[in-house]
Amino acid sequence: MEFSFTKEQLMFKKEVIRFAKKEIVPRIQEFELKKQFDFESFKKLGDFGILGLHFPEEYGGGGADVITTVLAGEALGEAGVDGGLTLAYGAHTFLCADTIFSHGTEEQRKKYIPKLASGEWIGCMGLTEPNAGSDVASMTSTAEKKGDKYILNGSKIFITNGPIADVSVVYAKTDMEKKHAGISAFIVEKGTPGFSAGTPLIKMGVCTSQTSELYLSNCEIPAENLLGKEGDGFNMSLQTVEWDRSALLAPFVGAATFMLNRCVAYAKDREQFGRKIGQFQAIKRKIANIRIFGEAARNLVYRIAWCKDQKKPLNHLEAAVAKLFVGDWSMGPSNDAVVLHGGYGYCHEYDMERIFRDSRLAPIGGGTSDIQRMIISKLI
Amino acid sequence: MKILVAAKRVTDPDMVIKVKPDGSGIELSSMSFKMNPFDEIAIEEALRIKEDKGGEVVVAGIGGDKTPTEIRYGLSMGADRGIHVNTGVDPDSDAVARILAKLLEMETPDLVFLGKQAIDVDDNQVAQLLAEYLGWPQACFASRVDIEGNKARVAREVDGGIEVKEIDLPGIISADLRLNEPRYPALPAIMKAKKKEIKQVTPADLGVDITPKVVIRKMAEPPRRKGGRLVADVAELVKLLREEARVI
Repeated sequence: MEFSFTKEQLMFKKEVIRFAKKEIVPRIQEFELKKQFDFESFKKLGDFGILGLHFPEEYGGGGADVITTVLAGEALGEAGVDGGLTLAYGAHTFLCADTIFSHGTEEQRKKYIPKLASGEWIGCMGLTEPNAGSDVASMTSTAEKKGDKYILNGSKIFITNGPIADVSVVYAKTDMEKKHAGISAFIVEKGTPGFSAGTPLIKMGVCTSQTSELYLSNCEIPAENLLGKEGDGFNMSLQTVEWDRSALLAPFVGAATFMLNRCVAYAKDREQFGRKIGQFQAIKRKIANIRIFGEAARNLVYRIAWCKDQKKPLNHLEAAVAKLFVGDWSMGPSNDAVVLHGGYGYCHEYDMERIFRDSRLAPIGGGTSDIQRMIISKLI
Repeated sequence: MKILVAAKRVTDPDMVIKVKPDGSGIELSSMSFKMNPFDEIAIEEALRIKEDKGGEVVVAGIGGDKTPTEIRYGLSMGADRGIHVNTGVDPDSDAVARILAKLLEMETPDLVFLGKQAIDVDDNQVAQLLAEYLGWPQACFASRVDIEGNKARVAREVDGGIEVKEIDLPGIISADLRLNEPRYPALPAIMKAKKKEIKQVTPADLGVDITPKVVIRKMAEPPRRKGGRLVADVAELVKLLREEARVI
């Protein structure tokens, strides 16, 4: 067992925190209030090298291993970057770009990866449908092959980056008779006739990320936009789970450290009844709880990353435990952080209420906690 | 063009410093360290000159065993190689200038770029001392640098405007705050920096005596400000200002 990071990894983490605190964090409150996507910050993530961190350098990436990639996500959270931007990054890099990279042809890689890695193009993934959430196999979007084209029809919902994406990885059935084995993945570019996005949904948290429906109405795409082979789609979507349970959860781990630092500073500064509030047992307990959550979540998330680096097959039980733990158990610490700050915690300016709202996505997005419990109990 | 830049390891400017109870110095055990921000600016400018005109950037770090961390940071930014002069403890500005003078004999750069001062002791002496020891031209507090052939044109922010100096090369330039915005090292650059050479040298190798000429006898925190006092009326205020504070 090896639990330590290399010198280079730690130096890079420090650099990400420094970059994020200076370039991104000062802009968050403005965009959070406007509930708008911050294109400039997103491009900065690309220029800094985060969006393509794990892709090889010849595709404009940083050549990082999975652990370092996850470390970058944790660092963004630790610096105080909002969940909206980190989610946009996660959907862009891991759900869209990585699917193209892992399953695409050399032409597809060369065409899309450098521009996605730099942030010049924004990516999204369209999998979920109004009647096919956790139950992916019941999707009804179709892709019909006609000569050298596919005709796509159907609709997708809750698509992160949907309204702003230049490149979408869209899943649809090439064979309605089959269930999982009938699903295929396609690359659909912005502006393709018959392809459109709805207006952004108003959400509880992660407000700077833009989420919408995608509509496919006799949308014609060239046959070479198929990713992999027909029927490979379901397995491709499963492979994103490894990233989903590591890199996409990492900002929540970082956010726990961010909350902890803020709470400790506040508890050491704020006085009531003639004492620093940090001297009260109730406050100490909250602070300890935040730390405990952070430590446990970090170990679970990095274990998934480590296994991926070691090329071990994903242990679905461990992945479900990681997702479930971060999802359900982050409720307590983020709530504690709000309450510890009292009236200030309830106010936007102190960031805690934002983290509380942002963390509410964790037990829902990418498979609800209920589904994780189902998986865990099935695998025991 | 070969450029030598010096990088100092200093306490992180974002941390609160505490004086040791016995007044012998700053409590360093719980501090984090980083490269002097002015040195970072100097490296950035050196790298931009190299990217424009070609050549080599060498980072020299003068200090204790941990100094290579900061040299490595400079290499991650894009410098080509490093030199660590291990002095054990931090030497004073004069010793640093004499060490650099010896290094320059070995390295013979076309240009020496330094931060205008280190943010820990704020001495602001090395660039000027070094120029004096070598008899080289100096242009300190640069806010803009243009290299043309064998000359450097250096703009400096002075009271009432911008002063432009032209110096012959080889020469010494020290960087002011607004010269540039240093880059963030990218991950591939950090990985490449791991393999770059850092040469180890001791002051004895260079024949420099680093016995300090300046010794810090005692350090103390500034006295804490006393709280204000409310006075009943203007008459009392004037009376106190005259008799107690003795300022009017």
